[in-house]
Amino acid sequence: MPQAIAAVNDFVVKFANVNGSGSASANELFARAILRMGVPVSPRNIFPSNIQGLPTWYEVRVTEKGYLGRRGGVDMMVAMNPQTWAQDVKEIEPGGYLFYDSTKPMPASMFREDINIVGVPLTAITNATYSDARQRQLFKNIIYVGALSVLLDIDEKKIQGLFGEQFKGKEKLIDSNVKALQLGRDWVQQHIDPDAVKLKVRPSNNVGDKIFVEGNNAAALGAVYGGATVCAWYPITPSSSLAEAFQAHCKRLRHDKETGKAKYAIVQAEDELASIGIVIGAGWNGARAFTSTSGPGISLMTEFIGLASFAEVPAVIVNVQRGGPSTGMPTRTQQSDLLSCAYASNGDTKHVLLFPEDPKECFDFTAEALDLADRLQTPVFVMTDLDIGMNHRLCAPFQWDDTRNLDRGKVMTAAELEAGKTFGRYLDVDGDGIPFRTYPGTHPTKGSYFTRGTTKDEYARYSEEGPVYVRNMERLQKKFHTAARIAPQPLRYSSPKPTKYGVIYFGSTSPAMAEALDHLEADGNHVNALRVRAFPFSQAVEDFIHEHDKVFIVEQNRDAQLRTMLMADFTLDARKLVPVLHYDGTPITARFIASDIAQKLAQLKVVPFEKAAS
Amino acid sequence: MTYIAKPRLHHPSLVKNKAGFTRRDYEGAVSTLCAGCGHDSISAAIIQACYELDILPHQVAKLSGIGCSSKAPTYFVGASHGFNTVHGRMPSVMTGANLANKDLIYMGVSGDGDSASIGLGQFAHIMRRGVNMTYIVMNNGVYGLTKGQFSATADKGSISKKGVANSEESIDLVSLAILMGATFVGRSFSGDKNQLVPLIKAAMDHKGAAFLDVISPCVAFNNHAGSTKSYEYVREHNEALNRLDFIEGREEITTQYEPGTATTVQQHDGSILRLRKLGEEYDASDKVAAMKRVQEGLQAGEVVTGLLYLDPTPKDLHQNLNTVDAPLNALGTADLCPGSGVLDRINASFR
Repeated sequence: MPQAIAAVNDFVVKFANVNGSGSASANELFARAILRMGVPVSPRNIFPSNIQGLPTWYEVRVTEKGYLGRRGGVDMMVAMNPQTWAQDVKEIEPGGYLFYDSTKPMPASMFREDINIVGVPLTAITNATYSDARQRQLFKNIIYVGALSVLLDIDEKKIQGLFGEQFKGKEKLIDSNVKALQLGRDWVQQHIDPDAVKLKVRPSNNVGDKIFVEGNNAAALGAVYGGATVCAWYPITPSSSLAEAFQAHCKRLRHDKETGKAKYAIVQAEDELASIGIVIGAGWNGARAFTSTSGPGISLMTEFIGLASFAEVPAVIVNVQRGGPSTGMPTRTQQSDLLSCAYASNGDTKHVLLFPEDPKECFDFTAEALDLADRLQTPVFVMTDLDIGMNHRLCAPFQWDDTRNLDRGKVMTAAELEAGKTFGRYLDVDGDGIPFRTYPGTHPTKGSYFTRGTTKDEYARYSEEGPVYVRNMERLQKKFHTAARIAPQPLRYSSPKPTKYGVIYFGSTSPAMAEALDHLEADGNHVNALRVRAFPFSQAVEDFIHEHDKVFIVEQNRDAQLRTMLMADFTLDARKLVPVLHYDGTPITARFIASDIAQKLAQLKVVPFEKAAS
Repeated sequence: MTYIAKPRLHHPSLVKNKAGFTRRDYEGAVSTLCAGCGHDSISAAIIQACYELDILPHQVAKLSGIGCSSKAPTYFVGASHGFNTVHGRMPSVMTGANLANKDLIYMGVSGDGDSASIGLGQFAHIMRRGVNMTYIVMNNGVYGLTKGQFSATADKGSISKKGVANSEESIDLVSLAILMGATFVGRSFSGDKNQLVPLIKAAMDHKGAAFLDVISPCVAFNNHAGSTKSYEYVREHNEALNRLDFIEGREEITTQYEPGTATTVQQHDGSILRLRKLGEEYDASDKVAAMKRVQEGLQAGEVVTGLLYLDPTPKDLHQNLNTVDAPLNALGTADLCPGSGVLDRINASFR
């Protein structure tokens, strides 16, 4: 008998499926049921660039402590895809469990001796009950959820409750799903020892008032609350669901009650060139506008982003980052667009980036980005990624302060112009580098100007004079410093003990980092941490680096892009910043971070031979 | 030298229009284009059209791409906002601007390189979206600002200034605009003010995607023998289908036009277009016939001008999107932000 991993509310179940088989909703049902028992879960989709027939995985981390990063390793594999069988079986931790469809006998060579095998004849059960092919396919998924619910002690009432919510008003569907669930439960209860699987879910109350939502949905809602009225986009994974969610939210929240008319405009553009062009046109004309896209879209947008930066037009771009160009890896997650966004376009351009850690910050930062873009009159990027964007993540509930008004920044009104207030479109009136603007059509004789890229003086008059250009560029630099002050500030987490080691991280690395810090601390590796939330970096980031001898920079890209930006912004000794890099397309894990940093710390702590000898 | 401002003093005898402005109030900065450039004639026609339409100058938004033509918005209606965007992408910026404020008058100015080459995609899509605008291509068949390369509208077989023959097919923007769904499509010639000014006025009054292809000879690089977009060639090959008289909806004076010589088309907003027939019978509201006539002209080497196609009851982008009557850029926090109560309910749905 192999050993058996025993764990309560702390394990990883991975589902291996074929995409297009209806497994996604069954797997989500599984995760939600555990959540309803008060136990935090962190599910992740791992899917191909495909709609039907290719392998897809859904990994659910059950985590009493609320560690929402990917843990790494699999305690139970629900192997529903013959195509990936070998790979899936290999991935199970020793002492872990393989759950499979045992309808057809399989040779012993297909299994492993160091894992526990749980076979349920899913196909046989399904085919004995259903004759319709589609029903067979869909209910087989529910049957395995039923079987797992017995094995893992998941409360069947919670699952039934979820059916009730999902199929509200369609009683027939509720009944048929409950029946399928029961088929799976009955078979296991009759044939399998209740202790065969020692991974158990026990009711808890660690979920609290948290919400369970995808980052794309959250960002879309942030755009509604942030007052975006124009959205232009082009479909691209993993960002498409953001624009679609914006449409769905607007349909509910943004129609005039009396006339039924829309207080928003959404255009699915012909490409990303047009999406950003529409956003810039709307921003220039005083509407709040945004686009959502991913890396290849950013590449196409770069010329326009430069124009918006030089012409000082507000624009918000949500970049749901993925892996590289073309197709395939792009359905996997990365943080590899930092440089391409921070310095997008020709000429001396630098842009404001915000780094949300979870759906809550996707909501907050998208709304905030719309304010910042107006205040700074420049493009602002919300740098989310596939891991946050397309997975349900447990996070703090969204909040809104009803006294908050949309901050439209320095906009000169007709009354101010009429009263004789001096208007210079590119004139810095109060030292923050931000000039006043007017919306087109404001005043019959005052305040109009011609918008160009580079070639203008303080009053928007055409000028190719060198000193005039330099003055403008220095003002833009000053504006960038202002951005560092008003953008979200970094958050610091201090080790209980003083230490000369620090770690800087950002975005979706956050949950894995929080867990890794606990592991490191438990092992006596004391590290202070700083989560960077925006570029340009504030003074606090430089101070943090100077405070430590070595600072690990944890990123999900190959080229240590954040580190490059830190090196460019501050005067630093390159040896001081140690990259910790993960970029295989899977979300970074606490295990990886903790072990990589621990190894590097061990090397640092080795006393050089000569010194030891002397 | 666009920073040379024109003197602001106006002659007291200049006639004011109903909006209280003289023709000079619709002028812009001094043109920096070459002397004799067709584009300047088009700018002058735009100025005349705006003056005659009694438009409030600041209610115009001028947008352009990059190229000689795209410099032109600086030279007309100086009291309005303008935006010199990036090459070939003016249509998307104008679409966004239009979405933000449906109440302004949108004037897009582009060239043949800007619209038929680098910007062909955006050109097509702004037409099919029905953005309420006047889109003018100052079409000279050549890249002026980069000194004389062929553009995609140069006719096959035409000869460049350096003596090279164009071996590629030309793109006919008029045909394309009709095909893509523009609801007002006309063509004219920069040197034919009598035809051009009423066309621009009618286009500006049209509540949908209005496109004007204006042949505009380039005096520097495309005004020689062998060019099919020179003054001489166009004058010889211009076949005007109709003359246009434009009457705004609020004016009821129609008696000055001889019945029998004109067809009247009433537009969606009540304004009236009179098409004076020259030559054959031509029905501008027949899309298929319009396509056929334009293609026949191309084959015969004629520049068919006039109002080529008109849908008198167009639906524009805002109608299609069913947006509120107020401009989107005028909506405030109360209109846009659903507040914390709604958010609490949304949170509950995510549990």
